[in-house]
Amino acid sequence: MLKINNLNANIENKSILNGFSLDINPGEIHAIMGPNGSGKSTLSNILSGKKGYEVSGEILFENKNLFDLETEERAHKGIFLAFQYPLEIPGVNTNIFLKTSLNAIRKARGEKELDAIEFLKLVKQKAKELKFDEEKLKRQLNVGFSGGEKKKNEILQMSMLAPKLSILDETDSGLDIDALKIVADGVNTLRNKNNSFLIITHYQRLLDYIKPDFVHVLMNGKIIRSGGPELAIELEKKGYESFN
Amino acid sequence: MDTREKDIEKLKDYKYGFTTDIENIKAPKGLNEDVIKFISNIKKEPQWMLDFRLKAFKRLKLLKEPNWQKPKYPKIDYQDLYYYSAPKSMKDKPKSLDELDPKLLETYKKLGIPLQEQARLNGIAVDAVFDSVSVATTFKGELTKHGIIFCSMSEAIQKHPDLVKKYLGTVIPVTDHFFATLNSAVFTDGSFVYIPEGVKCPMELSTYFRINASETGQFERTLIIADRGSYVSYLEGCTAPMRDENQLHAANVELIALDDAEIKYSTVQNWYPGDENGKGGIYNFVTKRGLCKGKNSKISWTQVETGSAITWKYPSCILKGDNSIGEFYSIAITNNHQKADTGTKMIHLGKNTKSKIISKGISAGFSDMTYRGLVDINSKAKNSSNYTQCDSLLMGNKCGAHTVPYIKNKNFDSNIAHEATTSKISEEQLHYCQQRGLNPEEAVGLIVNGFCKEVLQQLPMEFAVEAQKLVGISLEGSVG
Repeated sequence: MLKINNLNANIENKSILNGFSLDINPGEIHAIMGPNGSGKSTLSNILSGKKGYEVSGEILFENKNLFDLETEERAHKGIFLAFQYPLEIPGVNTNIFLKTSLNAIRKARGEKELDAIEFLKLVKQKAKELKFDEEKLKRQLNVGFSGGEKKKNEILQMSMLAPKLSILDETDSGLDIDALKIVADGVNTLRNKNNSFLIITHYQRLLDYIKPDFVHVLMNGKIIRSGGPELAIELEKKGYESFN
Repeated sequence: MDTREKDIEKLKDYKYGFTTDIENIKAPKGLNEDVIKFISNIKKEPQWMLDFRLKAFKRLKLLKEPNWQKPKYPKIDYQDLYYYSAPKSMKDKPKSLDELDPKLLETYKKLGIPLQEQARLNGIAVDAVFDSVSVATTFKGELTKHGIIFCSMSEAIQKHPDLVKKYLGTVIPVTDHFFATLNSAVFTDGSFVYIPEGVKCPMELSTYFRINASETGQFERTLIIADRGSYVSYLEGCTAPMRDENQLHAANVELIALDDAEIKYSTVQNWYPGDENGKGGIYNFVTKRGLCKGKNSKISWTQVETGSAITWKYPSCILKGDNSIGEFYSIAITNNHQKADTGTKMIHLGKNTKSKIISKGISAGFSDMTYRGLVDINSKAKNSSNYTQCDSLLMGNKCGAHTVPYIKNKNFDSNIAHEATTSKISEEQLHYCQQRGLNPEEAVGLIVNGFCKEVLQQLPMEFAVEAQKLVGISLEGSVG
C-alpha cells in the first residue's frame, strides 16, 4: 500500500530524514518509535503533503507517486493524519467541518454526498461508539476543547472518513488512560485486512492496546532497527540510547 | 494549467465586468448650476426640488472634501465628470416592461436580476437603477394593495411630493458634509419607499444599482419611511463594468422609522474593485443614515462589502425615540489593492436606547481595512447601552487591519461594552483542512464563512446564500 524508498528530507538546509525506507502492506499496523528530534513528525508531515520541506527519494501510495498529489488529493485517496496538535478553527461548527470534509472526500471519489439527516445519523453513531460528547459537535472546531478532547476528535474524524492509511502522530501523548483506550478502540474497530495504520509514538503504552505487526526504531532520520511487538518492550526497558 | 487553476482563473474574473452598448443621453460634463438645472429639467421636477438642489450646491461651494480617512486617493476633478447619464430609450418613459429596451432587459438577465413578470418567482420586488435612472420596478400591483409605495425617487417627486418634501433631507441635511451635499445637488434617481401605518410589508423590497456609462458619477438617493407600527426589509445590490478609470459613487440613503416601526436594510455591495494591481475600480463614498424618530422604533443595517477600490461609509443610527434600537452588522472584505474605511455611528438621544455593532473585517493581498465607529450616548439618553464586537481576520502578511473606536458616554446610567479581536488564517489551519479533503479555496471559504457567520445570519435567506458565495469568490487567489 505504502512504499517509501530512500526518503531524504531537509528543512532550511538541515537534514531531518536521511535514507528512510518503509513498506506497509494492506491490513498491517506499523509503529514507529523514536526520541525527540528523530524525524517522526517530519515523516507524518511529508506523508500528509505539508509544504516547506526539500525532499528526494520516492513515496508510492497504491503505486502512485505521492509527490504528484496535493494534500487534499492524498486525503481523497484515503490517507488520514491524526495531528499531534489538532488545529482550532473559530466560528466553524464541528459538525459542519466534519460534513464538509466527508462530502469533499465522497465527491472526489464519485460517491453520493450525504444530506444533513444521513450525516447526523452517521456522526451520532460514531460519536456514541467513541464515547465522544455529542454536545461538542455543536461547538466550534477544537475551540475550548481539552487536549484529550482534541485527540478524541481526531479519532472521531478518522472513523467517519474510514481511510485506507491512518497515520497517528503522537496521538497518545497527553492522554489519560480512559482516553487512551478510546483511541485504541477507534483503531481496532477500523482495523481490517484492507486498512493500514502507521502509529508514531514515544511510548510503548499505546501498544498495550493496539497490537502492532511491526515496530521500527527511528533515530537520526532513518530506521535503525525493525522487529515485532517485543521490540517496543525492549526499548521501554533499555531506552533509546542503547540502540544508538 | 490544470482544471482547478482554470476554475480559479475563471472566478478571478469579475463576473459582472461587462458593459452594455447602449445609447445615452448625458448632461454636459462638469459641475455647475446649468448642469443641475439640466438634471432637474430633464426630470421635469417642481420648483421646490430645484431649490433644494441649488441650496445644496451653494453650500457645496463652501465645503472642503474631507481628508481624515485612512485610504487616500488621487484628487478627483469634479469638472471632468458627467453627472447625468441615462439610456436614450428611457426618455419617453416605457409604460411597462414590454416597452423596455431589450438590451437593458438582457443586461439585468446577465446580472441575475429578473425583471420580467414571468421571471419573478422568487417573490422579491425589484427597482432597477441603470446609471442615473430607475428603469423598472416590479410587483407594483401587489404592493399597492397594501398601500405601500415603492417607486423610483423621480416618480415619487412627481406623484408623492408631500411625503418627499416632508422627509427628504431631514436625516441627511443639505448642509451635511461634502459628498452628501454633492449628492443633494446632483442626485439623479434611486428608490423611494413608504410603508403605511400598521402595515408589515409582505415581501422583500430590493434595488439593484448598475453603473454602465464611463466617466460618470453615480449619485442615487434613497428614502425609506416606515410609518407607525410598520415593518419593511429592504435590500440593495450593486455592480459595475470593469474600467481602467476610477468611478465615483456617492449615494445618500435616509431611513425614517416612526413609533413602533422597524426597518431592516441590507446591502450586498459588489462594485468593480479594480484589477489585481489596483487599477480602476469604484470609489464608494456613501452616506447612509437612519433616524429612529418614534418610540420603540428599530433600524438595523446589514452590509456585505466586497467590491469597490475604496469603500468609505458609516451607515448610522440616530436613536431619538425612547426605547429605540439601532443595529449594525457588517462584513467588509478587501483583497489585492482594495481599501476600506467603514463602520457605523450610533447616536443615543432617547431614554433606554440600545445599540449593537457586530463588525467583521477580512483583509487579504495588499489591502488595507479600517473599522471606524462612534458610540455617542447623550446626557439625556438615560439607561442606554451599546455592545460592540469588532473582529479582524488577516490573510497573508502584506495586508493591514485597524480598529478605531470613538466612545462618548455623557451620563452615568448607561453602559458600553467593546470587544475586539484580530486573527490570522494560518498555514497550519489550511493544511489541516486540506488534509481533511478540502481544496485551499474551499478551506478559506469555510474558515471565512465561520468567521462571518453572525452577520450572514442577519441577511434574508435568498441573499445569505449569494453573499456566502460572494465571500468565497472575493478571496479567490488570496491563498498561496
